[in-house]
Amino acid sequence: MIGYFVRRLVALVPVALGVATLTFALIHLVPGDPVVAMLGDTAGPADIAGLRHELGLDRPIAAQYAGFLWGLVHGDLGESISMKEPVTRLIAARFPATLELTGAAMLVAIAIAFPLGLIAGANPGGAADVGAMSFAILGISVPHLCLGPLLMILFSLELGWLPLTGRGGLAHLVLPAVTMGTALAAILARMLRQSLVQVREADYLRTARSKGLSAFAALMRHGLRNALTPVITLLGLETGALLTGAIVTEMIFSWPGMGRLLIAAISARDYPLVEGCVLTFALSYVAVNMATDLVYGIVDPRIRLISG
Amino acid sequence: MARRNLSLVAGCAIVAILAMAAALGPLLVRADPLAIDLTQVLAPPSRGHWLGCDALGRDMLARVLWGARLSLTVSTMVVLLSLAAGGVVGGVAALAGGRVDSIVMRLVDVVLAFPGFLLAIALAAILGPGLVDLVVALTAMGWTGYARLVRGEVLSLREREYVEAARVLGAAPRRLLLRHLMPALAGPVAVQATFGVGGIIVAEAALSFLGLGALPPAPSWGNMLDSGRAFMLVAPHLTTAPAVAIGASVLGFNLLGDGLARTIGRRG
Repeated sequence: MIGYFVRRLVALVPVALGVATLTFALIHLVPGDPVVAMLGDTAGPADIAGLRHELGLDRPIAAQYAGFLWGLVHGDLGESISMKEPVTRLIAARFPATLELTGAAMLVAIAIAFPLGLIAGANPGGAADVGAMSFAILGISVPHLCLGPLLMILFSLELGWLPLTGRGGLAHLVLPAVTMGTALAAILARMLRQSLVQVREADYLRTARSKGLSAFAALMRHGLRNALTPVITLLGLETGALLTGAIVTEMIFSWPGMGRLLIAAISARDYPLVEGCVLTFALSYVAVNMATDLVYGIVDPRIRLISG
Repeated sequence: MARRNLSLVAGCAIVAILAMAAALGPLLVRADPLAIDLTQVLAPPSRGHWLGCDALGRDMLARVLWGARLSLTVSTMVVLLSLAAGGVVGGVAALAGGRVDSIVMRLVDVVLAFPGFLLAIALAAILGPGLVDLVVALTAMGWTGYARLVRGEVLSLREREYVEAARVLGAAPRRLLLRHLMPALAGPVAVQATFGVGGIIVAEAALSFLGLGALPPAPSWGNMLDSGRAFMLVAPHLTTAPAVAIGASVLGFNLLGDGLARTIGRRG
């Protein structure tokens, strides 16, 4: 078990390095001069050279890359140009809000997905199955971008039940979390149903039923645990995607998290901050995927052997 | 059986309506999507303007229809480009095998380890807003999925007996590829591409919403959602019209993809 964990963590290093390199390449190698973009077309050559020197962009690209990695290892992502503060401090101030939103969205997704998936999977082909799966495809199809404003109009403006924007108590969390969680709920419900339908055919369930358990009881007592493994994997993989989905949701609901910080940095052409935000999102994504692998190894011991 | 057909039929119907709206809509609704009419600012839906007017008095129906044209053009183009790029990379990796395969797929893995939408945002931010840059950013996000799919399919198809037989009979690699591999690849690729169009419609709208895609005043659904936000209280139709258009399009492509997947008996 410990060996498996260590192996997975060691495997994380090249992936994290790859992601950091890609982030660096995006900012530094893509055509277009960030300094000219920051200063505007009217800037004189002296100003451009000055800022370029200040940002260290006049150094050879290999030296910049080495400096970037060195800073990264030491938790130093440079200083924001627009806010005149260390990038890491800005990110640390905003990251909890994004985590809170993502966590709440996951809870919403699980709370919706499990009853739906169970109802659908317990009796495939039945009316409840068709209803639940129709809801699921609708849920998958309505992106955050559309659901958010529609929920705002209905629950904040028309009914006045929930606050429109901002971060505060639990009430502020409801609409953004539902906006973000609905599509995930639909994806998980579909996976749970499919997985339950497959498990129903398994020999051990036939055995359980031949002992006299009802089909439903056999499925709950023996099938569910096995059916959950792929659902957990999917939940992990989708949580990574959820983190970046937060960018749009935060903009819709004026949620003061990493997503808004990134978009503000982009509009201010604050490249050190853009780089820091992109890197933080990407590394969180990698970390969540890695955590999923580890959980998967705990839930299903066979995985530890295969990927050893 | 009934449900399988339903997905396909409903998906086909929605996509067909969408395509017709994009192709013919701007001809039928003569209003100029960019014409400003300050007497009609925030006008609610009426007989003259079925979906009302926006904050500059521009006809919303015309804007939604032109938006369909923009959205479908961009998403189809992105999916075709992603498919071409991913298909070549995946196919070459699978057919070359060995070191080429492992280097190429390692690179694909690094890009895949990077969240797709974030990659598109970062690229769009660096390249600047505009349609061509939008297509580039979205293609960079989309091609890896096709590379993996095509590589996996080619590797598994190569082991099939009929391909083996053709090879033993002396078919050249080119003939093998065109006659035997491509037709078998078409199904799974079509399924993934159909879902892909829906995904790109959302991503395009999201980038435009964030100010990183099509530039205003271009009638993009994402731009419309963004500019409608300020008037949600007084003119909710500015938000609902593009939101429903996006949701319905994605639903159409998802249903079509689902139906196709069931018809050819595999999930994309």
